[in-house]
Formats: sequence, C-alpha cells, structure tokens
Amino acid sequence: MSIRHGLLALLDQGPRYGYQLRTEFEARTGATWPLNVGQVYTTLGRLERDGLVEAAGEDDEGHQFYAVTDEGRVELRRWFDTPVPRTNPPRDELAIKLAMAVAIPGVDVAAVVHGQRRHSMQALQDYTRLKGRALAADTGSGGDLAWLLVLEQLIFQTEAEIRWLDHCESRLAQHAERTATAEPSEPAAAPPARRAVKSRDRGRT
Amino acid sequence: MTEQLKPADPVLHLDRVSRTHGHGAAEVHALRAVDLRVHPGELVAVMGPSGSGKSTLLTLAGGLDSPTDGRVIVEGTVLGDLDRKKLAAVRRRSVGYVFQDYNLIPALTAAENIALPRELDGTSARAARREALAALEELNIGELADRFPDDMSGGQQQRVAIARALIGDRRLVLADEPTGALDSTTGESVLAVLRARCDAGAAAMMVTHEARHAAWADRVVFLRDGLLVDETARQDAGSLLVTAATNARKDGDR
Ligand SMILES: Nc1ncnc2c1ncn2[C@@H]1O[C@H](COP(=O)(O)OP(=O)(O)OP(=O)(O)O)[C@@H](O)[C@H]1O
Ligand SMILES: [Mg+2]
Repeated sequence: MSIRHGLLALLDQGPRYGYQLRTEFEARTGATWPLNVGQVYTTLGRLERDGLVEAAGEDDEGHQFYAVTDEGRVELRRWFDTPVPRTNPPRDELAIKLAMAVAIPGVDVAAVVHGQRRHSMQALQDYTRLKGRALAADTGSGGDLAWLLVLEQLIFQTEAEIRWLDHCESRLAQHAERTATAEPSEPAAAPPARRAVKSRDRGRT
Repeated sequence: MTEQLKPADPVLHLDRVSRTHGHGAAEVHALRAVDLRVHPGELVAVMGPSGSGKSTLLTLAGGLDSPTDGRVIVEGTVLGDLDRKKLAAVRRRSVGYVFQDYNLIPALTAAENIALPRELDGTSARAARREALAALEELNIGELADRFPDDMSGGQQQRVAIARALIGDRRLVLADEPTGALDSTTGESVLAVLRARCDAGAAAMMVTHEARHAAWADRVVFLRDGLLVDETARQDAGSLLVTAATNARKDGDR
C-alpha cells in the first residue's frame, strides 16, 4: 500500500501539515490501515528529498505545512494512470500455512480450513454490518463513498478467500478419496506413494 | 441448556431433527440429528456444499416435509402434532417460504400471487391487494403488479416470490437461495429487505452459496453430509474495524 501516493493525493488538494494528513488519510479509508504521525513525517521527508513536495511555511501554532510540487503532480497522475501491479503477489500467510499443513503428517488440514473459514466468515459479517451502517449514514459526501469502496474491497476479498477455502475443502476430500482407492493396490509401498501424490497436489495449489 | 434461561422463545426450534430417504442400500441420510433454534429478530444463513441437506432443512422447518426423527417446533407448536388443515393454516399465517424454483402460479399476476395467501386467510380482496402492492414496492418492482410470471425475467420472478413470503405478519421467513437469480446489487437490496424484516422482529433462515450474502446474517451455520458441522458466533466480540472506524469518524468531524 502506497502511503507516498496517498499523501501526494491529499496534498494535491492544497497544503496541509502532518497531523492533518494522518487524520484525512484515515477518514478516507476508515482507518483500515492506521498511520502513525511518525510514518507521515518520515514519508514527507522522503517526498521532499525526491522533490515531490516542498515546505510551505508554518502557521501561528507552528504547524509545518507541505505543498505538492509540479513534479509531484506528474508523479500522482502517473500513479492514477498505471494499474497496481498484480504479477508479483504479496506473501499470503494463509496460503503458506495450508501449503505447509498438507505436507506435515499429523496436522488436521480440514480443521485448519474450517477454523479459518469460521474466522473469515465472522470478519465478513463484521464488515457487512459496518457497510450497512455506512449505507444508512450515507449523506452523499465524498468521504462516505471512499469509506464504502474500501469496505467493499475488504468484503469482496474476504468472500474470495471463503470461496477458496470451500474449494480447498472439496479438493482435500477428493484427494483423500483418491488416496484411499490407490492404497490397497500397493500396500507395501503405501507411505512413499502417498507422499508423492501429496507433493504433486501441493505443486498445483 | 434450559429453555427458561433464553431471553425469548425461539420462533423456530429444530429438536434433533433427522430425515432419511429410502431404505437399505439406497438409504440417504439427508439430515442427521440437527439441533437449531432461530430467535425473534435473528437472521440465520445456511451454507454447505450441494447435497448437504440445506433444502431438506428448510422444507422441514416450513412443514412441507416431516422428519423421520425429532421435532419441528414453530412458535411453540410441534408441527408433527397438527392435522393437515391446521398445518396448512400455520404455513399460511406464520411461515413465509421462498422456494428455490419460486413456485409462482402462472395463471395469476404478480399481485394476485402475492395476495393469495392473505385472501385464503380471510383478508378482504382489496386489503390483500393493497398489501401485495406494498410488498412489491418494498422490493422495487411495483411496476410488475399486473404482469404474469411467464412475462418476467428470472430475477423479477424471484423478487415476486420473496414479496409473497414477506406479506402479512409472518413471524418466520424461510428462503432457499433467495438471491440465486439476482445480480450483485439487486441481491443486496433483497438482503437489506430481509435484514430489515428481522430487525423488526421476525425470524428468518436462508440458504445461500454466497458468503457475501450470508454475511448479512447474525449467524451462519455450515452443513455437510446432513450434519451441522460449524457455526459462527451468535454475537461477535466486536470488529477489528469498528473502533478504528468510529475514531476516524470522530476525527473527520472535527
Ligand atoms: N426425495 C428424495 N429421495 C431421495 N433422496 C433425496 C430426496 N430429496 C433429497 N434427497 C437427498 O438428500 C440429500 C440432501 O438434499 P438437499 O436437496 O437437501 O441438498 P441441498 O443442500 O439443498 O443441495 P443444493 O445446494 O444442490 O440445493 C441429497 O443427497 C439428496 O440427493
Ligand atoms: Mg437445495
């Protein structure tokens, strides 16, 4: 997630100081990705170093204002015009966990899947309740729309995860059936054969 | 768990309900000893793979089929104790049912389909029509009132079927895949209607394959091979986002 570009986008609407940026960032995104003021100042420092923002004076209370430069505007435009790369997927802890679970004897993979599905379903219920509230409170201001879009992204992503978990469950059941029918034919070689099938399956996920 | 400790009596109580089809080698255990209570104000979603017993659960709850073991209790009445006539009356008055395949009467218009159960219950034709029009309006299909089912799209028929289940003061609404034929935003508006009905005190149970739709429920139960294998907590401890979001709101208002 790009804090850099988020801050540039906010500064594009006029000069702001650090604490203000933090508050506005969280208001837009419903505090889904909380920022601390330290992160904001570090990022502003880098943006200034790169010539994308510049200091724009202080107010009476000593707040240091920042403004976007022409170069910063070009960079912001470029960000909006370029798709977010999806070809280099971030590490997913759940996928790693399941990949490990199928290879380690004694781990009840189905139980891992069920536990996760229950948890993800509850998260989805929570997000949906928030969405119901956001819809009810929608006053037509841009902030509400931004928050709704972020929430719905979480909803669709969690839904996708649950669908994948359902798929994992039936994949595991299918695999168990196949292993059960394959085993009696070669009783002596059963353990290595089983491991071979498992690693093949793992390669496919 | 003792019944007396419950805050309110369940509208629907499935008491160790089983349903077996066929005999001997052809025996199918569609449901096995399922225990489930749905309380006033509660929306329960039923999920599970195809053939896991979801529709069976719903038909038993609605008195359209009888369990081979266990009891189905609707608003304190054991359905198995009723004769056919009394059972039909409970089904008309207390239970609204949305079938997986809609089950609209082709010879009747949308409004007539919806008004029928009310008229059978003695409501005057005019009052029943007024209620039917209101139900259609609630589902944003008021303009379909005088159309016949064959002249509607699948999604429109589905919404008429839902309107028919919601009309009158049904305390229990049972819906089998009520959003199956609907696009994402229409499906959502139907769920909002169901949700509002439950928030107003009704109890509802709906079958769905879509997690995003199940998420509107207070509780999600999972069926597999006729067994209730899992369910989400009835009341969550609170969301990872709720407090953060409220704080952001407060900040934003400053
Ligand atoms: N009349 C019947 N005779 C024999 N078996 C039946 C009968 N009705 C249902 N079954 C079986 O009972 C099981 C549960 O069926 P049910 O219709 O409840 O599944 P479901 O979860 O609603 O599936 P779907 O998601 O496909 O609608 C299935 O194995 C089905 O074949
Ligand atoms: Mg079904």
